[in-house]
Amino acid sequence: MQLEHTYEPHIHPHVIASVYGLSKSFAGKKALDNIDLEIKSGQVFAILGANGAGKTTLINILLGRLNADSGDVSVFGVKAGSLQAKRQAGAMLQVANLPETLKIKEHIQLFQSYYPHPMDYQKVINYAGLQDMQNRYSKKLSGGEKQRLLFALSICGNPKLLFLDEPSVGMDVAARQGLWQAIRDLRAKGTGIVLTTHYLEEADNLADEIVLLKQGRIIRKGSSDAIKASISHTTIRFSRTENHHVFKPLPAVVNVQLVGKFIQIHTENVNQTLLALLSAYPNIQELTVSSAGLEEAFLHLNAEGK
Amino acid sequence: MNNIQSINTTQNINILQILNIYRLETKFEWLKSIRNPAFALPAILFPALFYTFFGVLMNQHNPQAATYLLCTYGTFGIIGPALFSFGAGLAVERGQGWLDIKDASPMPGSAQIVSRLLVSMAFSVMVLVSLGIVAFTMTGVSLSLVQVLSLSIILVLGGLPFCLLGLTLGLLLKAESAPAVVNLVYLPMSFLSGLWIPITMLPNFLQTFAEFLPPFHLSQLALKVVALDAGGSVVHHIVILASFTVIFFILAIMAFNKKSVS
Repeated sequence: MQLEHTYEPHIHPHVIASVYGLSKSFAGKKALDNIDLEIKSGQVFAILGANGAGKTTLINILLGRLNADSGDVSVFGVKAGSLQAKRQAGAMLQVANLPETLKIKEHIQLFQSYYPHPMDYQKVINYAGLQDMQNRYSKKLSGGEKQRLLFALSICGNPKLLFLDEPSVGMDVAARQGLWQAIRDLRAKGTGIVLTTHYLEEADNLADEIVLLKQGRIIRKGSSDAIKASISHTTIRFSRTENHHVFKPLPAVVNVQLVGKFIQIHTENVNQTLLALLSAYPNIQELTVSSAGLEEAFLHLNAEGK
Repeated sequence: MNNIQSINTTQNINILQILNIYRLETKFEWLKSIRNPAFALPAILFPALFYTFFGVLMNQHNPQAATYLLCTYGTFGIIGPALFSFGAGLAVERGQGWLDIKDASPMPGSAQIVSRLLVSMAFSVMVLVSLGIVAFTMTGVSLSLVQVLSLSIILVLGGLPFCLLGLTLGLLLKAESAPAVVNLVYLPMSFLSGLWIPITMLPNFLQTFAEFLPPFHLSQLALKVVALDAGGSVVHHIVILASFTVIFFILAIMAFNKKSVS
């Protein structure tokens, strides 16, 4: 353990929470199967997956709200869910409603009192973008405003580790941009952030590392770029009356699909395929070339091996 | 995997900070309750309204009956906030997922219980004050200061088993059905314990049955202060109330553990 890590976490990301060989079953059904992961300070760690893939179970285990059947779970070197771990963490979970007859500022004051080194009140308000509604009762909040308040409560304790479970649900575009900026700022200050989201754009924008969960297993792990690159094909699309089977023998083609009036070719090497395609069929129309976004990569990986 | 850092030394919290959590939790629990008219108004006004109706208007200026009913409606009045704050209030917050957020925070779990306990005691005091105003302005009830203080202390502390019963219900019930179920426990139990009309006016088998209901024993302790009780010993009532307190406490812990597993 080197001391300077404590003071300059943003310069040297270090592991603040880890899970090795984690498995968890509910009523004999595996919810998580042999999961290994490490969460580092100053990084956003995104967990993606369809409903029921095990995201919420994983978060609840990291929060110590559920016990693992087997495997090691460690948060700040202590037991997940212990007081020492809780005091250094913050959690934004999915909540239908908050107690309605308290004001935003009262909710925040209360949560600040739980922590040994609470974040400055004004800072919390600014991060969450709640400047104009500090005296508003939580009854009168829209879905997006409620999410901003929950975000505020999750950062009240100056967390070194922050769990955000679907944070931008119900937020409009401006609020979402504000949230993303706050997440980036916290990350720059060294906070490790665990993010689950349905919005792949969100993971693509924020995540330093992504884990794809499917039926309780990690099917892919890496940076956003690495995951996109692992779906190593680019899509070439054009309209043509020709039978689509004639394009299969072209170099580097992975597969050919007929999508409406378009023919869609997935290729591992866009230059080779395009060159051959255009020399053989110079008169094709409406040609577009696109590389896989995270969304496409995600859909592809999720469909794999079904 | 070896470089996980523990920075425990900086995460200690001193006793003043702990007390501050309890103080704020209680303050905001109080504000939450008093600002919620659906909870605060019936809790404070219903006992006084019932008492005005049965103890004043229907009772033709009989001071003894008015004194008797003051004790039983006092018992009725303090059970309400205890059952509803814990039973319905907790079930609703649990159903919303709000307790999950609290659970993930480092708030001491007992702060939630202690704050609700203190708030329902504060509501008990308000119930007793409103009943006292009705009794002393509209009836011929006359009590010594010692009697007023004894009654208040007995009834405010006597709310404890009902808080624990409410806690058990709050941990077990669904948010949507909690208020109805709590009423189904509260109202028949109060009637059968002789809180609405004197126990001696109920049929014999119901009088026997009342022995098994905690509100009966609390009302008997209160009636002892004004020498209108049915004659059981103080120790007998206290032992039974204490037993119910222990039973409800154990049930609450079982309900809590059941909740954590699922």
